[in-house]
Amino acid sequence: MTRTAERAAERTAERPGDRIFSALSRGSGIALLVIMAAIAVFLAIRAAIAISRDEGNFLTTFEWDANADPPVFGIAVLLFGTVVSSVIAMAIAVPVATGIALFISHYAPRRVAATFSYLVDLLAAVPSIIYGLWGALYLVPRMGGLYDWLDQFFGWTGIFAYDGTPARSLMTVGILLAIMILPIITSVTREVFRQTPKSNQEAALALGATRWEVIRMTVLPFSRSGIISASMLGLGRALGETMAVATVLSPSFLINASLLESGGATFAQNIASQFKEAGSMGRDALIASGLVLFLLTLLVNGAARLIIARRKEYSGTAA
Amino acid sequence: MKLRLGAAVLALSALGLTACGSDDNSGLPGAVRFSPKDVHCASGDRTLLASGSSAQANAMEVWVNSYQANCDGGRINYKATGSGAGVQEFLQGTTAFAGSDSELSEGEIEESRSVCQDEGRAIHLPMLAGPIAIGYNLPGVDGLVLDAPTLAAIFDSAIDRWDDPALARLNPDVALPDLPITAFHRSDGSGTTDNFTSYLRAAAPDAWPHEPDKAWRGRGGQSADGSSGLVGQVQQTEGAISYFELSYAHQNGVDTARIDTGGGQPVAADVDTASNALAQADVVGEDGDLVLDLDFATREPDVYPIVLVTYEIVCDRGNAPGTLPLTRAFLEYTAGEQGQRDLADIDYAPLSPDIVEQVRARVEELS
Repeated sequence: MTRTAERAAERTAERPGDRIFSALSRGSGIALLVIMAAIAVFLAIRAAIAISRDEGNFLTTFEWDANADPPVFGIAVLLFGTVVSSVIAMAIAVPVATGIALFISHYAPRRVAATFSYLVDLLAAVPSIIYGLWGALYLVPRMGGLYDWLDQFFGWTGIFAYDGTPARSLMTVGILLAIMILPIITSVTREVFRQTPKSNQEAALALGATRWEVIRMTVLPFSRSGIISASMLGLGRALGETMAVATVLSPSFLINASLLESGGATFAQNIASQFKEAGSMGRDALIASGLVLFLLTLLVNGAARLIIARRKEYSGTAA
Repeated sequence: MKLRLGAAVLALSALGLTACGSDDNSGLPGAVRFSPKDVHCASGDRTLLASGSSAQANAMEVWVNSYQANCDGGRINYKATGSGAGVQEFLQGTTAFAGSDSELSEGEIEESRSVCQDEGRAIHLPMLAGPIAIGYNLPGVDGLVLDAPTLAAIFDSAIDRWDDPALARLNPDVALPDLPITAFHRSDGSGTTDNFTSYLRAAAPDAWPHEPDKAWRGRGGQSADGSSGLVGQVQQTEGAISYFELSYAHQNGVDTARIDTGGGQPVAADVDTASNALAQADVVGEDGDLVLDLDFATREPDVYPIVLVTYEIVCDRGNAPGTLPLTRAFLEYTAGEQGQRDLADIDYAPLSPDIVEQVRARVEELS
């Protein structure tokens, strides 16, 4: 609001509703800041206590022994597991979600599209513990075949070596996370695709473009920042997912070269697993790891905003 | 099908944050009505908050329901948050007592002096014990026999196939399959792990070089969350082996191994053999603190060595005056004859007579 507009607003009569509403909305804004600050301060103080007593190196130690005396713990394994499983999830989910969204917005007949939208939204409403149970009881026993195949042809890379043990690995977690973040990415990109100006699309059609060319020349460039923000929303969920990971993964404090072999750990999963039996030091150590996850999420969101800000001019709007 | 459903219910209940919460499938669990002489109700309308060990959650459920069915006005709310979280809450003064599978550290006892008034401190009251079963999944193999050194070697990835000569020697009449062993341990911190590794350390010090701890320290193997997570993995993985409280094995129809302790016949995990282990335990706490010392390396016949004792942690003096009468009445009942008798139906072992006498005397003295 510009200053003149503010003055104009002051001059107009104020009814109680105006005052109440402005107080409410201002209060909500302030509450958000207070909550964020409270979380950050709480995490920082407890984390500082824990890190100052850590006998290992907080960043490089491959161990989580925070209840011992002296406590030894480090986040290397957690950071690796969290980032790797989320990257796998993104690599699978973003292309598939974009495909589904394009199908719904541009290819499917109206009735099919409506059903599909409904199904995607339904997928988003399933609680993560259900995904976890499904992953542990259904998905894990059925991944062996795929992993054997990967091992046979790509085992030489080391990344896809597989020893035939139950497939409770970062790869399986990544695949499960991909399914979990699919709906949020799909529904946001779908809305963005729908907002592509009709005039642009019709202009492309008038120039003789096929449907694929229309999508490539108008829809995708226009939606690029929207796809990125949708992906970041999904990534946020993948980074913080707790119960599904704790149920499917076979956690261990090791970094495996192979993504298919069981082991590894993530921040949120480790907190859920260790919290029950943690002493006061153990709790502070878990909170310190929570702070790192908090910072990681901030970083990811910040990076996404930067990318979107750069693309803004190109696509015309910020989605 | 019923088994499957049971397993699903079990898995569901455990995949929340309670590691060991489970149903005993009989409607309102064991709300026993008994004659007034068995239970002395505390007067007044109070709610008692307590939290801790999930290994004793099933027993607490039965005890709380029975107490409340017999006494008006007293409500007990026991949350199976895990021993560590329960002890933390007790030390912050938010609960009247904590359930714990392990002894408090000296630092924690020191900390308790600020919560307990009248220069009191936290003490341990043993209340029940549970056999830790070794569950396995080998179709066609019943009554597998293991001993401490082979168990340690299996869980430390030194033995990795079922047809290993060490296993064949213990099971001469059984055709062991040519299968890899997948050993599952707890991924979360757990009193069960603490007691199991204490057993391995005491009974097979050469094969198990790691210090006992709530966190798993062995090499290799797979892990899963909670006892029910372990049971679930054993059920769906051929060649799997793991450790969990006996009730989980029974509820899910998992085979359990017999342990060769060197005292003649291999010992099966059941309530009686676990009670025998408790009968041999010594009280090692001082000044009325009833910490028990189990002989994990026992060679006595008919004594099952892998037993988890779980304690209630209270202040010896200076409990919060508002909840003291109810705490005392409730613990009097749990340590009483009826309370101890209720345990056997749910796969827990009651305390031995001389220990339970000491516990009752101690409960009466609480102030």
